[in-house]
Amino acid sequence: MASKFFLVAQREYLTRVRKKAFIVLTLAVPLLIAAFGFFMVKIVQSDDDNTDVVEVRDESGLGLAARLVSTPQLRFVPSNVPLAQGKKAFQKAEHAGLLYLPTGLNPDQPTGVQFFGKGNISLRKQVSVENALNKAFSELKMQKSGLTEEQLNRLKAKVDLQAVSLDETGKEEDSNALVTSGLSYGLALLIYLFIFIYGVQIMRGIGEEKSSRIMEVMLSSVKPFDLMMGKIIGIAAVGLTQFLLWGILSTGATSVISSLATDTNNPKSEMAATANRSADTAEQSAGERFDKQIDKAGEQAPGGAISKAFDSLGKLPIGTILFGFIVYFLGGYLLYGALFGAIGAAVDDQTDTQQFMFPVTAPLVLSYIVSITVILRNPDGPLAFWMSIIPFTSPIAMVVRLPFGVPLWQLALSITLLIAGFIGTVWLAARIYRVGILMYGKKVTYREMSKWMFYKG
Amino acid sequence: MILEAIDVRKAYAAHVALDGVSLAIPEQSIFGLLGPNGAGKTSLIRIITQITGADSGEIRFRGQRLAPEHAVEVGYLPEERGLYKKMKVGEQLIYLARLRGLSRADAVARIKDWLERFDIKAWAEKNVEDLSKGMQQKVQFIATVLHEPKLIILDEPFSGFDPINANMLKDEILRLKQEGATIIFSTHRMESVEELCDHIALINRSRKVLDGPVKLIRNQFRSNTYELEGRSNNKFIVMHPDFEVLEHLELENGHFRDRIKLHDGVNSNDLLRYAIGQAEIHAFREVIPSINDIFIRRVRETMPESLLETANALL
Repeated sequence: MASKFFLVAQREYLTRVRKKAFIVLTLAVPLLIAAFGFFMVKIVQSDDDNTDVVEVRDESGLGLAARLVSTPQLRFVPSNVPLAQGKKAFQKAEHAGLLYLPTGLNPDQPTGVQFFGKGNISLRKQVSVENALNKAFSELKMQKSGLTEEQLNRLKAKVDLQAVSLDETGKEEDSNALVTSGLSYGLALLIYLFIFIYGVQIMRGIGEEKSSRIMEVMLSSVKPFDLMMGKIIGIAAVGLTQFLLWGILSTGATSVISSLATDTNNPKSEMAATANRSADTAEQSAGERFDKQIDKAGEQAPGGAISKAFDSLGKLPIGTILFGFIVYFLGGYLLYGALFGAIGAAVDDQTDTQQFMFPVTAPLVLSYIVSITVILRNPDGPLAFWMSIIPFTSPIAMVVRLPFGVPLWQLALSITLLIAGFIGTVWLAARIYRVGILMYGKKVTYREMSKWMFYKG
Repeated sequence: MILEAIDVRKAYAAHVALDGVSLAIPEQSIFGLLGPNGAGKTSLIRIITQITGADSGEIRFRGQRLAPEHAVEVGYLPEERGLYKKMKVGEQLIYLARLRGLSRADAVARIKDWLERFDIKAWAEKNVEDLSKGMQQKVQFIATVLHEPKLIILDEPFSGFDPINANMLKDEILRLKQEGATIIFSTHRMESVEELCDHIALINRSRKVLDGPVKLIRNQFRSNTYELEGRSNNKFIVMHPDFEVLEHLELENGHFRDRIKLHDGVNSNDLLRYAIGQAEIHAFREVIPSINDIFIRRVRETMPESLLETANALL
């Protein structure tokens, strides 16, 4: 009978993969992702390219304007006209804003500083201006306290915080919380979406089969169990194909588009230029010194973060994560897919599915929400433990915990229970299925369905 | 015997569908499984096709206890017709044939034959949902017989067919029988199959009420009644102690039609001789009860008294 099961799965797979909707969706999603990436790159670039000019009207008499450090994104120029005129002047000059430092500004309690922007002032712009001001103020204060420039330089330290987590054995591990959480979240989302999208497809497929009345013909040559499992596995293969194609195509499309984007405008050369310029350390002014530091930070932020992310990825238990992901991905899909199938078989009318959908989708949605909130923050807490052991929630909860490291016994227990769980739901679904698919014109209740479990042959 | 059912019983939660039904279906025959809706025909068929199992009793296929490997020997056209709507006709037939153990190459060759025979070759690449109902019926019939089953079960086969296609189907069924297949017809419209069937079984209220070869059953239910048609210038009136007039109809221009029962020991020639003396005879034939009549009589006989009263009251 294995060959019949294979035939059923093959039909499910081929008819679905050849559907126009499948092909369109498979091509459209990577294009959307790539297009989205393209625009993000463009937006970031245009932000970087434009140097916002901010006029500074300094009436404080503290010489703050000179201390404001320009960056490639933000250039400060002194304004020589009074505030009232300046407000109009900066707009006429198409400058981004006007910074007003009032008279009698107290460096210890600087109040009354105003920033006038054209239109809406973006948070980023505001923060940059604030940062520049803060630095100017602290420099001013430090100089006032009598420190030399050299001492000042030595005082400034750029701290790169390295978070180290200790596991039970006391071994030190580099952990980059952001990368770990991101991975957890991504894997959980993938499983959640997969189970949901393709579980509903199982339900719909069986419902269609039932309403097209082909079941009797099918059942006279295929066992109901083979028919149901063939459908579940066939649809799983469709889903995996789609995810795989999405992965390959989005990577391809994104890399093509991003290379196109960077070709037209290469920001690296600019950076190299600034780096060269700042290599000349002998006669650097205070402003240039800051330029250099900011440039360095700017260089480090993207490049450094990515390489660090890869670093911390490498230090994660990748083998366990991959193994666990596959196990929970398939186990969770089988567990829920069987239940979705049972609903499709039991219900006559697609509109009646709602009442039965709820108890099936509730644990799924719950485990997803709890996982990305509570468990992500506290992956070793009691809630995380129990949810990653119980088969209905473990496919998502455990996958969220995996990148943070899970004791082997918990993993083994959870997987054992998951396997028992999906064998249980598949068995249950098969009993409902074989009765339900031939049952027409009856409104099904839970009581009815529970009776079906005990029907013979 | 290609198939035997021995004391088959099947009960659902609310009612008994089959109550100790036994049948024997000879090889290469056309067997009519007759009875009103809800009598238990479909339950019996689902047991024979192994969609469900019997609660007790046994089904034997050529002497062996029915087992999953016999499924490929059986072709089943259910009353509820259905195909995958979004699948192409050709592909669908290949799929169904392969599920019944045919290789792809065999299936393709046979499908080609059948589509030509039914004159729907041009539709092989069309989706099923684009076909007319009649054409879908043809496709379903092809799907039922494609794997050359020894036993073909057709549940209400003629419903949904126009007279031309119904005739075509009848011819195909007879040809399949000629080639060695056994066919079971299940229907509640008994008149539609009685001319085709060699054997019948009547099922009513979960029980078999009658079975056997059609000829034998009819002989058994013959009542020695004849129909006489003719014309007479005078009024045609049968007045003879040997004959009993059951019905007399006066038609135009002295034409008449009578149904006459012969008393025991009287021969049909006696009636004819008598009638020729009285009138110009146009037609003379024995009134043989239809299966439908037999069924109604039999059901009345087997009905419990109380039910009979209600039935009579209703009639």
